[in-house]
Amino acid sequence: MAAVTAAAQASARTLRRPGRVVLGIAVLVAWLVAYALFRGHATLGLGTSELNSLHRRLGDLNTWVLEHRQSSPLFTGFLNVISAVIGNLVTFGQALISQPSFGLPIPAIGWLGVIALVGYLVWVTGNWRVALLAVAGFAFIGLQGLWQPSMDTLAMTVVAVVISLVFGIPLGVWAGISKRVNGFITPVLDFMQIMPAFVYLAPVTLLFQIGPASAAIVTMIYAAPPVIRITAHGVRTVPTETVEAAQSLGSTRLQALVKVLLPMARRTIILGVNQTIMAALSMVTIAAMIGSPGLGQVVYQALIKLDVGNAFNGGLALVVLAIVLDRATTAAGVRARTTGAAVRSPLHVLRRPLLATGALAVLVCVYLSRTYVWAAVFPGDGLPGSTGQVNVGPLIAGAADSVKLWLLAHLGAFTGGVKDWVTALVLNPLQSFLTDTPWPATVTALVLLSYLLGRLRAAVVSTICLALIIATGLWYDAMRTLAASLLATVIVLALGVVVGVWMGRSARVDAMIRPTLDAAQVMPAFVYLVPFIGLFRASRFTGIAAAVMYAAPAAVKIIADGIRNVPPTSVEAATAAGSSTWQTITKVQLPMARSSIALAANQGLIYVLAMVVVSGLVGGEALGLDVYWGLTQFSYFGKGLAAGLAIVLLGIMLDRTSQATVRRTGGDARG
Amino acid sequence: MRRMISDWSKVRLAGTALTAAAALALAGCGGAKVGGNSSSNAASGSVKPCGTFNLAVNPWVGYESDAAVVGYLAKTKLGCNVVKKNLTEQVSWQGFGTGQVDAILENWGHADLKKQYIDTEKVAVALGPDGNEGVIGWYVPPWMAKQYPDITEWQNLNKYADLFKTSESGSQGQLLDGDPSYVTNDAALVKNLNLNFKVVTGGSEAALIESFRTAEAQKKPLLAYFYSPQWFLNEMALVKVNLPPFKEGCATEGPTVACDYPAYKLDKIVSKKFADSGSPAYTLVKNFTWTNEDQNTVSKAISVDKLSDDAAAKKWVDANPDKVKAWLAGTGAS
Repeated sequence: MAAVTAAAQASARTLRRPGRVVLGIAVLVAWLVAYALFRGHATLGLGTSELNSLHRRLGDLNTWVLEHRQSSPLFTGFLNVISAVIGNLVTFGQALISQPSFGLPIPAIGWLGVIALVGYLVWVTGNWRVALLAVAGFAFIGLQGLWQPSMDTLAMTVVAVVISLVFGIPLGVWAGISKRVNGFITPVLDFMQIMPAFVYLAPVTLLFQIGPASAAIVTMIYAAPPVIRITAHGVRTVPTETVEAAQSLGSTRLQALVKVLLPMARRTIILGVNQTIMAALSMVTIAAMIGSPGLGQVVYQALIKLDVGNAFNGGLALVVLAIVLDRATTAAGVRARTTGAAVRSPLHVLRRPLLATGALAVLVCVYLSRTYVWAAVFPGDGLPGSTGQVNVGPLIAGAADSVKLWLLAHLGAFTGGVKDWVTALVLNPLQSFLTDTPWPATVTALVLLSYLLGRLRAAVVSTICLALIIATGLWYDAMRTLAASLLATVIVLALGVVVGVWMGRSARVDAMIRPTLDAAQVMPAFVYLVPFIGLFRASRFTGIAAAVMYAAPAAVKIIADGIRNVPPTSVEAATAAGSSTWQTITKVQLPMARSSIALAANQGLIYVLAMVVVSGLVGGEALGLDVYWGLTQFSYFGKGLAAGLAIVLLGIMLDRTSQATVRRTGGDARG
Repeated sequence: MRRMISDWSKVRLAGTALTAAAALALAGCGGAKVGGNSSSNAASGSVKPCGTFNLAVNPWVGYESDAAVVGYLAKTKLGCNVVKKNLTEQVSWQGFGTGQVDAILENWGHADLKKQYIDTEKVAVALGPDGNEGVIGWYVPPWMAKQYPDITEWQNLNKYADLFKTSESGSQGQLLDGDPSYVTNDAALVKNLNLNFKVVTGGSEAALIESFRTAEAQKKPLLAYFYSPQWFLNEMALVKVNLPPFKEGCATEGPTVACDYPAYKLDKIVSKKFADSGSPAYTLVKNFTWTNEDQNTVSKAISVDKLSDDAAAKKWVDANPDKVKAWLAGTGAS
């Protein structure tokens, strides 16, 4: 029955498809005509320095909060308490491993103790190979001269992740058992992940003030969704028979949950933990903007000073930290699956004494790191009492600087030319088209295009989003940001198709390129901004280039997987029928991977939007700059808040439309 | 079989770890003990305990110099645990309420923030000028002022707008701004003075300096936001464009500004908690005052000679014992 329906839908699709394309072109032509005829009318422009009444009202909200923070029960009884609890947790974490504490000029546990402890924990929960990797990784970070900032980051990340898990896992389990909860929670999680982190810095600091609490909350908003989603998924995939069997044996619902569901879903849940840690680490640089200490500060300060070397050094430490935490949780996940096997091992009897010996060694190291300066302060670190000059940080920074200088000397003129040409020939016309067309024409065209791409639901969502964007008073800026995002997404997709097809068709190429893509995804995006400012100056193009760099790896991977999943029989049939390689790619592989391409567009858009917004820092404009102004200029707080809202609305519109497209092309919307 | 090997490796690993730890324990006994000498600095004299001193550092090198010197003295003479927080101006003020920030050493005006945090919320206290005189304005590189002498009057800027066109400003001239968090009225000024210019945000002090260097070296036109005290003005004599002079009644911020920036007496702001704490660091901040030249000396050591903040501060402190002595008066340190 399902097959028949699917076939019917497929044939309906092929029947309707030409019509859809023709209609789409018709809409575009009508839109262009409106642009040509009424250019510059009804653009709803608002200058950078201008405010409207909504912005002023939102600004008053800021003043109200400032005045009532110490008196309103909303704050004294609730928000301030949350802020204090989380703040104290982070401070405690820092006191343990990074900041001078408990009356001593050093943290409670010095570097030797931390390394021993990390190595031991990874060994106990995972295996000894990963434990060695962890020890080597942490030692490397110390050698980079970044021990203290890295420990600040680690303390911060651990607290944010632990709180995310405390709330996320139960919520995930609930969503796993109850369809209704799941239906309610999914759009909320979508929303949390679509919203660029940059946008919620201002509202979060408004409610929780700057400091570790806000930084942790900002991190959690982005990092909690993966563990909730994956836990729910893990619980859902436990066979119902197992749970029923437990219940028929007389287990209560709680017992069935604790004894059967959770253990069976354990490995998936650990995968969720892994994803949450990775997401939390990706927030480190953004959180630095509201005063979160650690590696984010290193990278952010280097960005401000255009210091490529130190930005890279700091970014590298983050990558190392991410690799260690990723491998450690992955190993713990594997261990969770294979614990049963260890019981049969002849050496199992030795495990206990081994654990005890290890624990003793760790205790000795911790004791040393609390007692002797050499074990407390990493040699060469900037803390008082540091000894020796063991520091490869300057070497790494120097090498990165030379690469930048070489690039500037050899490519500076070329990249400057590319920037000018792309700006003049593509970006300016596109921005002019979107901003100078009267808004009713643009709204109508965008809604019609959403309908053609994603049917009624997408059209309804787009209508609401566009109406609300107009209500924020930032239509003009929103269209400029939209234009930059669309251009970046097109470039991302072009790269994705070219490299993705190349990788998808050859396992060897895939094995060569994939590690680079993985590393590029972990490196904080801010690190790319620094050399790009050198190559492209402060310009809109800098933001677009950084956005492409940030979004391309994900798009390439998705398309490569899509191409690989095209049934080999189809490709063979095409080759047998005499198709050239080019024909095989364009007529068979790409069309059959079109849902992957749509998915790549979806993910690409979300990534690009996040980065285009951040580029407000480096010569970007429109909504990104409005948001940053709101964060840093008292009188523009309200406008910044409105701009943040406009970005979120743009994001929802783009996400829903492209997801509906993914679904229509037969893909699974959430990868 | 593989499991056995891996288990034997575990035995070896744990054994090695234990041996190593024992060796370390033995070797370590000879090393310096924690707390052995670092607290002795603070113990000398009759310094009150300082604890943690949270110092905001705003994103320009002049401020970094203020913080370098004050932080260095607080650390070495007063035994404080100095925590520098790199924050933008407005965000620093937010930190007064939570205790995240104890002191701002170089505040540029910000009448609105003063009203909000000092008068209304009462979480901050103004501690008077830090001795630096601040100027903000629009500058052109020296070669432009020589070639187009009348460019330094704002009325003539439109005549030259074409020179300043870039990919970012389109048909208008570009006015390059600094970090978006800086005190700036440029967007309002351009609009209210009907200038055919577009403000483009360059992102940072470093970006501004690099732009001026390139512009002078390649004789390229540039009009940009800049300010004093700034060590770079000693390297390159940038020429200031005269805007309608600031006088009583001119708006100093917000969308209605139509006059030049006022002259700023840069001042120190501290949190109420910090002021009431009796910390010797508070006394140090209260006493702190120096000249633009002092600041430029330290800034140049940081920016050009690439000294670390502490090294640059030490160099200046060693060369200026009298000033330092006056700052430390009343803290108990010498």
